Amino acid sequence: MSQTAVEGVGSRSFRALRDNVERGMGLLLVGGAVLYLVIQAIRIPGRFFDAFVDGVNKGSLYALIALGYTMVYGIIELINFSHGDLFMLSSVLAAFLAITTFGATTGTFLAVLGLIGTLLIVMVAAAGLNVAAERLAYRRLRRAPKLAPLITAVGLSFVYQWGGLRSNGSGQKVWSSIFGDAGFVVGGVKIEWKTITVIAVTIPLLLLMMWVVQRTRQGKAMRATAQDQDAARLMGIDVDRTIAFTFGMGGALAGAAGLLWVESIGNTRWDAGFRLGLYAFTAAVLGGIGRLDGAVLGGFLIGIVSSVNDSGVLPFGQKWSQTVVFTILILLMVFKPEGILGKPTTEKV
Amino acid sequence: MASASSSAPARRGNPLAGKGWPVGFTVAAIVVFILFQWVLPNMSGPLPDFFDRWLPLSVVNQCIIWAIMAIGLNIVVGYAGLLDLGYVAFWAIGGYTAGWFMSGFFTQVSVNVFGHAAAGQPAGFHINFWLVLVIAAAHCALWGVLIGAPTLRLKSDYLALVTLGFGEIIPEIFKNGDDLDFPWAHHFNLSNGTRGITPVDAIPTGPFQYLSSDSLPIPAELGPFDETIKFVVYSLIVAFVIFVSLRIREGRLGRAWLAIREDELAASMMGVPLMRTKLAAYAVGAAIGGLGGVCYTTAVGGVAAEDFAFSSSIILLAMVVLGGMGNVWGVLVGALVLQWINGNGLKEIGNTITSVTGHDINFPSYNFLVFGAILILMMLFRREGLLPESRTRQVLQEPERGQLESVGADLEGERV
Repeated sequence: MSQTAVEGVGSRSFRALRDNVERGMGLLLVGGAVLYLVIQAIRIPGRFFDAFVDGVNKGSLYALIALGYTMVYGIIELINFSHGDLFMLSSVLAAFLAITTFGATTGTFLAVLGLIGTLLIVMVAAAGLNVAAERLAYRRLRRAPKLAPLITAVGLSFVYQWGGLRSNGSGQKVWSSIFGDAGFVVGGVKIEWKTITVIAVTIPLLLLMMWVVQRTRQGKAMRATAQDQDAARLMGIDVDRTIAFTFGMGGALAGAAGLLWVESIGNTRWDAGFRLGLYAFTAAVLGGIGRLDGAVLGGFLIGIVSSVNDSGVLPFGQKWSQTVVFTILILLMVFKPEGILGKPTTEKV
Repeated sequence: MASASSSAPARRGNPLAGKGWPVGFTVAAIVVFILFQWVLPNMSGPLPDFFDRWLPLSVVNQCIIWAIMAIGLNIVVGYAGLLDLGYVAFWAIGGYTAGWFMSGFFTQVSVNVFGHAAAGQPAGFHINFWLVLVIAAAHCALWGVLIGAPTLRLKSDYLALVTLGFGEIIPEIFKNGDDLDFPWAHHFNLSNGTRGITPVDAIPTGPFQYLSSDSLPIPAELGPFDETIKFVVYSLIVAFVIFVSLRIREGRLGRAWLAIREDELAASMMGVPLMRTKLAAYAVGAAIGGLGGVCYTTAVGGVAAEDFAFSSSIILLAMVVLGGMGNVWGVLVGALVLQWINGNGLKEIGNTITSVTGHDINFPSYNFLVFGAILILMMLFRREGLLPESRTRQVLQEPERGQLESVGADLEGERV
């Protein structure tokens, strides 16, 4: 906050008042939205809970992508713009491997093995691509002005989109899932097997990620590097390798999200990554950027909000979904940039 | 960092920024005009065909219109150092302002202010092109302030995301705007949805139509084939935009922008009001974007929401980055070159290679690769652009790491 330095002590109480008013307005907005959702849930429960299940499905994918954003931001304060398009490339690769190479279209044992193989290959490929991008582009720009790596990330996102355009065509491709539409019904709400699968893959991955960051030596190095790169280097931590590892982990999660997207949503588009990436970034900001649990929480919240909006429970309808999510992003940035779980810092603003 | 107080004249290391540029610009414009108006139509041989394939006048006009917008974006990104990834929003607002005030779209009203309503479209707003330019600039400046006021205190990368959000929301409002429900007006059609507003009124030539002669026919309204006269109109607007950019840069406001770009904290300590200065950058940049939007709408004869995609914002950014952030001439060259590649160049290069080698390569599909690669390579190897300002070069070329450490500089908190 460079303005405070000029304005001096006299305006501090005014600032505090303004901050409180802003915080109150933000809380009021969130409270109003939650209240509205609860009223809708009571009014038309069937459609609402259908949308809720769909939202949990999408939300876990957003959470996987959001983790990649939040980890990279946490360690080098870069908004990795190309991350959504990395996810898009992984979904294209996953569809190709799973359907064309392994022929996993029906729920046989071999198909499941093929899917597991695809998951591993896609995760490794996406991690490799992300590490390569870090090694070739971002590492050279680590000391450069903020604008430079950001513009590089935008350029990289364009190159990835070109890759998607070349490999997936300019239209949308629809893929069949091994689970089909089968599922079971709980209290009038249909829960599909693919939703269960998505959650069954996502939750262990998230727990693994938390364990790596909080319990292992490598995780300790990551946290140290995030706090102070130079001090970490003095303590004998290989900073370059740690940052590359972080990019790799984020990429692997985006790769996993790619396969899960193909299996649960069932389509690939060259321009899907841009919108999904922004949704995931909104999720990361919503939870508090730089925090792993925040990204997961934000992912589920954004998934539920967008699905509930898609389903027509809200008065806007599907064509306004993007506007709703981006409005959340803008309101958050303006009123509560530290997110739900983050601690307010003066540097953030 | 160079401090705000050093009032180094901008024209150092930049000979074109002196007083001579209007002459050079006029000469260049007249040469192009004469070439396309008199030389090429009266010529036989391969040359007219060559120009028709490689550089038709419609592409030249498109290049000039993109240059208007790139110069507007340069004020926000190049001068003030605020990364705007949603500049296309102002283009859209300007374009739709032209659509609203220069067409028979609003059949509820019938207003004509020196306008030239197309035949059979007496209803709607028909306001003179030059007045619409002013209206659109003011309208966009207003939106620039409205968007900027709550968001400009964010840090650079957060600001980029918020502008991107606006850049997505505003075209979506236009895309879905054919059936808006307001409490006071149900099913209100604001933008005609994906069909867009078309046709729009032609550009009137006003008193110049009386100068019309056999060798240079000037119709009262510029139709789709009067490209040479349109070229003159758009060139005038580019010249105006360049003039405004250069003059503001020399003045107090421009120096304040550069100071903020180079070190926000130092600038505020020297008494530069941060918010007001940044808002001014947004407003001026948006106003120029509005001018570009009006020109674009008149050039293509209508306005449709599909034109305003995120990729347009990025292509504009690539123009600014390629040419040299902060240098108007660099941005002008960057815009002309990149829009030519985007419009006709890549296609013709592809056709030539296909006819020579026999390989059928679809070159326009490499568009995204070309623009992405330009952004990455420029950032890695020539961050200051092809035609940099001496000042920008100093800021953007950070000292070598060893150099910093040898003088014991504290690397943390290195913030430019």
